[in-house]
Amino acid sequence: MNMTRRQLLILLPAAAVAWKSILAGTPETSPNYNMTEHWWGMLVDITKCIGCGSCVRACQMENQVPDGYFRTWVERYHVSDFDIENPKVDSPDGGKNGFPPSSFSDGKNFFVPKMCNHCADSPCTQVCPVGATFVSPDGVVLVDQKYCLGCRYCVQACPYGCRFVDPKKETAQKCTLCYHRITKGLTTACCENCPTGARQLADLKNPNDPIHEFLKTHAVQVLKPYLATRSKLFYYGLDGSVR
Amino acid sequence: MKIFKDAGHLFRLASVFLVGGVLFLVLRGFLVPSSFGQYGHYRGNAVKEAATQPISYAGHQVCESCHADILEVKSKGVHKGVACEACHGPLAKHADDPASVQPAKLDTAVLCFRCHEANLAKPKNFPQVVSAEHSGGAPCETCHQPHSPAIVAVAGGSQ
Repeated sequence: MNMTRRQLLILLPAAAVAWKSILAGTPETSPNYNMTEHWWGMLVDITKCIGCGSCVRACQMENQVPDGYFRTWVERYHVSDFDIENPKVDSPDGGKNGFPPSSFSDGKNFFVPKMCNHCADSPCTQVCPVGATFVSPDGVVLVDQKYCLGCRYCVQACPYGCRFVDPKKETAQKCTLCYHRITKGLTTACCENCPTGARQLADLKNPNDPIHEFLKTHAVQVLKPYLATRSKLFYYGLDGSVR
Repeated sequence: MKIFKDAGHLFRLASVFLVGGVLFLVLRGFLVPSSFGQYGHYRGNAVKEAATQPISYAGHQVCESCHADILEVKSKGVHKGVACEACHGPLAKHADDPASVQPAKLDTAVLCFRCHEANLAKPKNFPQVVSAEHSGGAPCETCHQPHSPAIVAVAGGSQ
């Protein structure tokens, strides 16, 4: 390729502008969504969960979660009244296809749906060496898929076991609280498909959200409160044996 | 100036640092994405990129805008709180193009028992049956209509 010095000097700034726009990207925006007006969380009513696995299937379909990995899953607890400190927990294939009949006839038995707690002080975002995971201004813990190195620090840091590294993309994956849905005014795939209403998306900044009435009138709990992660996944009817 | 006598090596060193510093700033300007630091110590556009993922579940409001007849039946039964796609599956493509994308036919033998198969861990007030004993092999829709599952007495005869 023959190029004069003059042509090269003209081309260089053009290439710089092009490179800058590649770095900036051109993401599609949700025009009516203002992230400063929201602070997302979720309410899980354990007394309503029937362990059907609809949330797990919906999440996998909506987010193309690879088989054997879960952004949300359901655990079945069996707590013997003689040994409440050591519950027996099972979750066959994340509860995706429901649960086989229980082999216990005594004690307490219940389901606990689990997912990212979208902590306001999340340990997973603090350990990322490249700033690829963060709490968004509307309170959702997200992963920058272009910057994630797949180093797995965050997978280890999450106290709730909610992250995994995608076997194909080699980047950290997690619940995005269906960010592509909630920014368009829809609810998450798991909440949409929960047949009993055990899961409900909650906007804590919206004073008209039913979550506020619920929080005022019910005893709710978060998982591992002693870690002070400021979890926003509120459980109603949570048993003390749940880890 | 007496103090700068034989100090040429200092200026050479300083210029190396200066060139290095300028090079760092230029490279940094090129390599750090423009939206970095917009909201915090991360690439601001990553938030918007997370919102661009396509939707699979259209949401029951979209279904109801066309299927008002089903909504009418459903709103009177105990399944009024169950979203359409919880049973029918993700149908955003059908909502976008109702003519060419048709929902699959459903099998009540699988669907009903996902929720209603008896399990000790389910809430006690939730209607549950043991599938092997309940209907003697007859499909659920023989007696129950999924959109409003309560059995209504058929006038003038048995079911």
